[in-house]
Amino acid sequence: MAVTVDRLAKLRSSKAKVRRNRLWGWLFISPWVVGFLAFTLYPFIASLYYSFTNYNILSAPQWVGLQNYQYMLQDGLFWQSLGNTLYYTIVFVPVSTVVAIAIAMLLNMKIRGQTIYRTLFYLPSVVPLVASSVLWLWLFNPSFGFIDAFLRAMNLPAPGWLYSDAWVKPSLILMSLWGIGQPIVIYLAGLQGVPQELYEAALLEGANAWQRIRSVTLPMISPVILFNVILGMIGSFQYFTQAYVMTQGGPDNASLFFALYLYQNAFQYLHLGYACAMAWLLFVLILVATLLVFRSSARWVYYGNEQ
Amino acid sequence: MSLQPMSMVKNVPLKKRLRNISGSTIKHLVLILLAISFVFPMFWMISTSLKPDIEQLRWPPVWIPNPFDWANYPRAMNFEPFLHYILNTLYYGVLSVIGTVISSSVVAYGFARIDFPEKKVLFIIMLATLMLPFQVTMVPLFILFKTIGWVGSFKPLIVPTFFGSAFNIFLLRQFFMTIPISLSEAAYMDGANEFTIFLRIILPLAKPALATVALFQFIYAWNDFLGPLIYLNDQSLYTVSLGLQTYVSSYGTQWGLLMAASTVATLPIVILFFLTQRTFIQGISLSGLKG
Repeated sequence: MAVTVDRLAKLRSSKAKVRRNRLWGWLFISPWVVGFLAFTLYPFIASLYYSFTNYNILSAPQWVGLQNYQYMLQDGLFWQSLGNTLYYTIVFVPVSTVVAIAIAMLLNMKIRGQTIYRTLFYLPSVVPLVASSVLWLWLFNPSFGFIDAFLRAMNLPAPGWLYSDAWVKPSLILMSLWGIGQPIVIYLAGLQGVPQELYEAALLEGANAWQRIRSVTLPMISPVILFNVILGMIGSFQYFTQAYVMTQGGPDNASLFFALYLYQNAFQYLHLGYACAMAWLLFVLILVATLLVFRSSARWVYYGNEQ
Repeated sequence: MSLQPMSMVKNVPLKKRLRNISGSTIKHLVLILLAISFVFPMFWMISTSLKPDIEQLRWPPVWIPNPFDWANYPRAMNFEPFLHYILNTLYYGVLSVIGTVISSSVVAYGFARIDFPEKKVLFIIMLATLMLPFQVTMVPLFILFKTIGWVGSFKPLIVPTFFGSAFNIFLLRQFFMTIPISLSEAAYMDGANEFTIFLRIILPLAKPALATVALFQFIYAWNDFLGPLIYLNDQSLYTVSLGLQTYVSSYGTQWGLLMAASTVATLPIVILFFLTQRTFIQGISLSGLKG
């Protein structure tokens, strides 16, 4: 009994508590601190340093100042890859957001078999990216692929998909839309958290379906939208695997995405310094885009009454 | 006189009911069409894998081959040591799951249950690392691992997982914070220290969250492509994703074989998904809602 009281006193006495907590706190998070220093902070700074060097692994890095950054300005492939990635991001993020919310809303309409539908929509997202890339290569195949055969049977023209400059990016976006199960599940969970009373109140005031969506549903799930948009944007800027497996950047560099060109510079041409400069530019782009979305969110994200 | 209002009262619900029925039929119709377009590619993958090459070209297509032609599977498994790729992927998956679950839960406990002055700043730094694209650290990490002789082994993929991953730490922290603090205080008064509280009280209560993290990490490892592509430059170390990618360049037009290999690469993960669906969906919903 005395021991318990003693420990309780010790627990509550603030000075000892602070010291004790600091020790235990650092002890518990120490794995992350070590990992952060070795596998994040060190390479983060090193890559900034490399971005000012000429480096091909075989010989020591050589300081060249801003040369890598200046070279970007005249590197046509750099601009093309940046344009391709922006194209992908600007189309995919809004379209996938609208489609995912629409599907989640359909699923949220107290429909029979909701969990089965949810499973079916999520299923493509667990397919390994390389496997789904091989699968869509087959679906998009211009001679024997299902999509073209189907269009031919309907007497519709086929655009050549992955083999056409103009269509390769829309094709890849279409394929990515197939894998939006994760946002659908997150939106659905968000929709299920919207209080039913709000809809009833809106109904009493005579709001029609579209008005209910606009002034109840969307504001209530806006934090979830913000989360998914940012996640989708960061992912889109790093779009790589599908292009690597399916097109290798072709045709005519129309699917040479930024991360793919960066990878080629690093591990195929051994322009490691240039690759690091590109990586830092990518980092700054993602940072700026994320900050812009966050700033705009003050105008469209609703955090309840307390804010 | 009194009949008219009666029939009107009766009529309205009937109309409404009819509208409801047709409304839900339309909903189902839309959902079924959408569901078909989401599932069809996978169906087509399996269907193609069970057909001889001549049947691939037929239109109208052979939807369900009769009989199933299994020949593509042994061909896909034997052209390259595909079973070996599967074992490699399991090795990577299981070890990285062990690393992530142990380290992330320890770190998450520190962030969730202990108050110390530097915690807030460190937590913000950790969240910020989630925004850092892998490309930024990719080159120096490769050089670091090359210098210490780890390139060409699984170490660069597995060792870092023993230092916690930001996303999983965040997920577990959110879960740990929902456990009442009074449980910890009671244990402390019984003489337990933070470590025993973590081990005896928090971990047993956090089993579902730990399962979610394990599942996410395993699927991440199974699907990982860029990591293996950079570090595993020896064919005997290839993972399923890496091996499958080399099939495209080697057997680019043998669609039956390619689809058989893709099916084998996909099936374990789909089975795992069906077995753990509840954990899975909860985990994803959690990640989005508490963000």
